[in-house]
Amino acid sequence: MEKVLTRNIEPGKAPTDMAAYEANGGYQGLRKAMSGMSPLECREVVSASNLRGRGGAGFPTGMKWSFVPMDDKCTPGHKYLVCNADEMEPGAFKDRLLMEYDPHQLIEGMILSAYCIGADLSYIFIRGEYVVAIERLRQALVECYAKGYLGDNILGSGFKLDMYVHPSAGRYICGEETALINALEGKRANPRAKPPFPQVSGLWGRPTIVNNVETLCNIPHIIERGAEWFKSLGVGEDAGTKIFGVSGRVKTPGCWELPMGTPIREILENYAGGMQDGLQLKGFLPGGGSTDFLTQEHLDLAMDYNVISKAGSRMGTGTMIILDDQTCPVGMVLNLIRFFAHESCGFCTPCRDGLPWTRQVLEEIEQGRGKTEDLDTLEYQINYIGAIGNTHCALAPGAMEPLQSALKYFREDFERHISGSCCPYHSGKGA
Amino acid sequence: MSNAKMIQSDISSVLTLQEMAEIDHELEHIPYKSGAAIDALKIVQAGRGWVSDESLQAIAKYLDMSAEELEGVATFYNLIYRRPVGEKVILFCDSVSCWISGCDSIKQTISDTLGIDYGETTEDNRYTLLPVPCLGACDRAPVMMVGDDLVTHLDDNKISEIFASSKAGDQS
Repeated sequence: MEKVLTRNIEPGKAPTDMAAYEANGGYQGLRKAMSGMSPLECREVVSASNLRGRGGAGFPTGMKWSFVPMDDKCTPGHKYLVCNADEMEPGAFKDRLLMEYDPHQLIEGMILSAYCIGADLSYIFIRGEYVVAIERLRQALVECYAKGYLGDNILGSGFKLDMYVHPSAGRYICGEETALINALEGKRANPRAKPPFPQVSGLWGRPTIVNNVETLCNIPHIIERGAEWFKSLGVGEDAGTKIFGVSGRVKTPGCWELPMGTPIREILENYAGGMQDGLQLKGFLPGGGSTDFLTQEHLDLAMDYNVISKAGSRMGTGTMIILDDQTCPVGMVLNLIRFFAHESCGFCTPCRDGLPWTRQVLEEIEQGRGKTEDLDTLEYQINYIGAIGNTHCALAPGAMEPLQSALKYFREDFERHISGSCCPYHSGKGA
Repeated sequence: MSNAKMIQSDISSVLTLQEMAEIDHELEHIPYKSGAAIDALKIVQAGRGWVSDESLQAIAKYLDMSAEELEGVATFYNLIYRRPVGEKVILFCDSVSCWISGCDSIKQTISDTLGIDYGETTEDNRYTLLPVPCLGACDRAPVMMVGDDLVTHLDDNKISEIFASSKAGDQS
């Protein structure tokens, strides 16, 4: 398969600087756009490519951009492009790779995306813990200004763009795009009510697009090589390639660029090397900590957005977390719920109070003090705080996804904890 | 924060010229002063290790915002420290992939080695231990950060090596 996003990334190879990036065809997409394509033409190519957001929601990127008011339909003032590099979904580790080893690819994607929506200011909102990526991105920005790829009159086109790296002070909820915008404004990162949507009223009340790192990294290639080429990369319904990852107790955990629609079994067996010796696959979260469990029966499904949705889960970030048969599913769900309870922004009651309550019930069960009626309490929580519309944002509903599917597929394990008054796994990892 | 009792000290007696210059630099692309709140907290913390009440009040005054509002911002974020921390902060990942890979027992080893639990600082002031949301290195789990360094594939031996000179009870 042709490597697109990782064409400059190989194990043991140094990260690409400007010279290395350009030597391998870098900034050709930018040159193409600046020498004769209008923003609308560029946007139409992205729309036609069927690129969908790689941050988790899978929203079509071209459509997201189409809501930004353009030219005389926009009141005078700044427009913003923000890269969501706040990778903090439990089990996700793909954007780190793209930023640490090929920072110019992201920056080229951002310059082109800003051009498409007419933005003149852009931010890379990156989690503060990614110190290596922050350093390399900052260095790459210096190289870009020196080359005339950023600043006034980029490559003589008249297009002007400034770009800043903005390290976050850390909270999972900053990954929600309106919370991220509040964080960029120096406020607490509570998500905002929608509408208005950021495309119309985002950062400082101005039109703003927030896109994930991997989404933006696709843009230079799409502009350079066209929509049809991009669509042809997928082997299933969806277009392009995707960084898929596997963590948990498999032989060779890691992440790999593969065609969209690659079967789950191929990723697990051919790339992750299968389960570690002595362990069996019990289930997996296909796209990070806020996606529903799938099991053995789903291994032949294609990693496409709609296919995974139909199976009752979400492709999310495409980074799978594997549950083996000697790890306690109750303990695993408890770990996830603890995470989400800790990371709740506290704005709305169902999330602020419901998640700690759910955590407490799971702790009781895991520690052998659970009662049969606790399972009813969990079901109640799933139906109440898991329903979109009962909470201010998608954090709590996302948190309920691994829980509801664990109760569906591993209910016996919950019942054995309660009937035996202990965790049957005795893994030493529980609670 | 007992701000009622705190004397509103003159900003320039608290913030250094360099801190103010760095905050001004951020303000160049931010339309409202309060928009630099998080940047300013980070700038001050970078030099002092943490954000004291006195620093917080001075920053608030510098940015034309109330100390109460800034306190709300400061306490929201994981990486703003409102209490003193050691020379290096250990950000220990206890999220799902690290948990599956046995991070609970690694955390116990760290606590036994250094004599500290989450939120505590070693007596020699070298390390503070804090949990952190998923560090995004799940293929190399279990992981943690010690200061700016990511440490991967943690096991008990690695913990002993890293903290060899800072064992609990050592009177060095």
